[in-house]
Amino acid sequence: MDALIPFPHRQSAHCESGVTANLLHFHHISCSEALAFGIGEGLFFGYLPFIRINKLPLTTFRCAVGNILGNVTKRLGVKIRRQKFRSQDEAMATLDEKLAQNIPVGCQTGAYWLPYFPPAFRFHFNMHNLVVIGRDGDDYLISDPVFENVVRCRREDLQRARFAQGSLAPKGAMYYLESVPESPDMAAAVRQGLAAVCKTMLRTPVPFLGVRGIAFLADRLEKWPKKLGEESALLHLGQLIRMQEEIGTGGGGFRFMYAAFLQEAAELTGIAPLLQLSERMTLVGDTWRRFAVSGARLCKGRARPGDTYGELAGILRECARTEKEIYGDIQNLLH
Amino acid sequence: MIGDYGHEVCYAVDGNGRYTLAPSLGWEAKNIVNDQAWATIAAETAKAHRLVKSGELSPIAYYQARHQMDVGLLASYVGMARWRVKRHRRPKVFARLPERILRRYATVFKVSVAEVQTVPDSFTPEQIRPR
Repeated sequence: MDALIPFPHRQSAHCESGVTANLLHFHHISCSEALAFGIGEGLFFGYLPFIRINKLPLTTFRCAVGNILGNVTKRLGVKIRRQKFRSQDEAMATLDEKLAQNIPVGCQTGAYWLPYFPPAFRFHFNMHNLVVIGRDGDDYLISDPVFENVVRCRREDLQRARFAQGSLAPKGAMYYLESVPESPDMAAAVRQGLAAVCKTMLRTPVPFLGVRGIAFLADRLEKWPKKLGEESALLHLGQLIRMQEEIGTGGGGFRFMYAAFLQEAAELTGIAPLLQLSERMTLVGDTWRRFAVSGARLCKGRARPGDTYGELAGILRECARTEKEIYGDIQNLLH
Repeated sequence: MIGDYGHEVCYAVDGNGRYTLAPSLGWEAKNIVNDQAWATIAAETAKAHRLVKSGELSPIAYYQARHQMDVGLLASYVGMARWRVKRHRRPKVFARLPERILRRYATVFKVSVAEVQTVPDSFTPEQIRPR
């Protein structure tokens, strides 16, 4: 077996923030997943009916793929090298070359072709991230942050996953850290991350992003049964709940992860009131979960009184309203 | 839900109000919507299987549905234009395809060239059960 890089694999709730935190850890910067998520400006909301996943509209609770890593490295002064490839052979050869130099390499992949994924989660979803940490003949050893332990994957499967097709195709994207500063200013980075999230959530030029986007979705969702018919409305609702709960969000559409970040942020910046905001963010997460529970009952055909599209829209409006207050209060604390 | 594959982790508040990462085996709401997604895939595959058996579509339609692909996605995997893939879904056109074209489909679907020209004798939605 070729040398396995001693990589600190830690399981995380979400792939990209987990990969970012683990890569930093490898370079002796202590950073939790939640901290990476917060500094990286991970929290977001967007309802994008013009982008279709499995013929259904895309709803996202996080920023675009690659942005967390980009923002964290920028704000901490870490130098990162990112590459995409046209040739599959070249992409694999470059990966091997870096591994031979004992450099752990992050890759963006599709989830569908990764054989170690549980079959229930094998969808054409191209925003997965993992770190390749060694090669053993025809197998690669992979620190996939959403899994408990290091996993093995055959070369041809990894190659397929790196060149998955469809929306947001990864095109063999890979990245590794080139140099890290001695002691990065975490508190400053946290402040930047907080300010940026508040800005994108509160001030968007278009109605379908940020807290306005949540209210926009509420209006649309209310009309689904009439506009799309009962059956299609349920599929739209199911997809929305999957985006919120399933795709490595740590629950509640990343709101719990962000609440965890706010706790760490209070400590790092010394702004104590952030602790209360963390509690309020937890409550927002609970509200999102209430939406998921009620919506799922509707999907299963076990609706109880109150499980209607109108009520669901009401829950979303509540989320929009409380989140708006939270981001406003964070902004006031930063001044 | 992913018991055989270990567990996921989720953010949860401990007794002191501090956030920790806790193992989770998923929860019901999430399982319901996951099942719903798979039921849709199974229904579409069953429909494609029926249409292939009745001679209205070529076996490509079956494998395409089974792999959750639409024509556009399949076209980018085989590296052909969408209209060509659409054309290859017609049984008459499909029957005349040369082996090199069949091979491209077979590779994407991870089956042999012989297999890609047929579909299983029967298909029931129960055959697609991820868990």
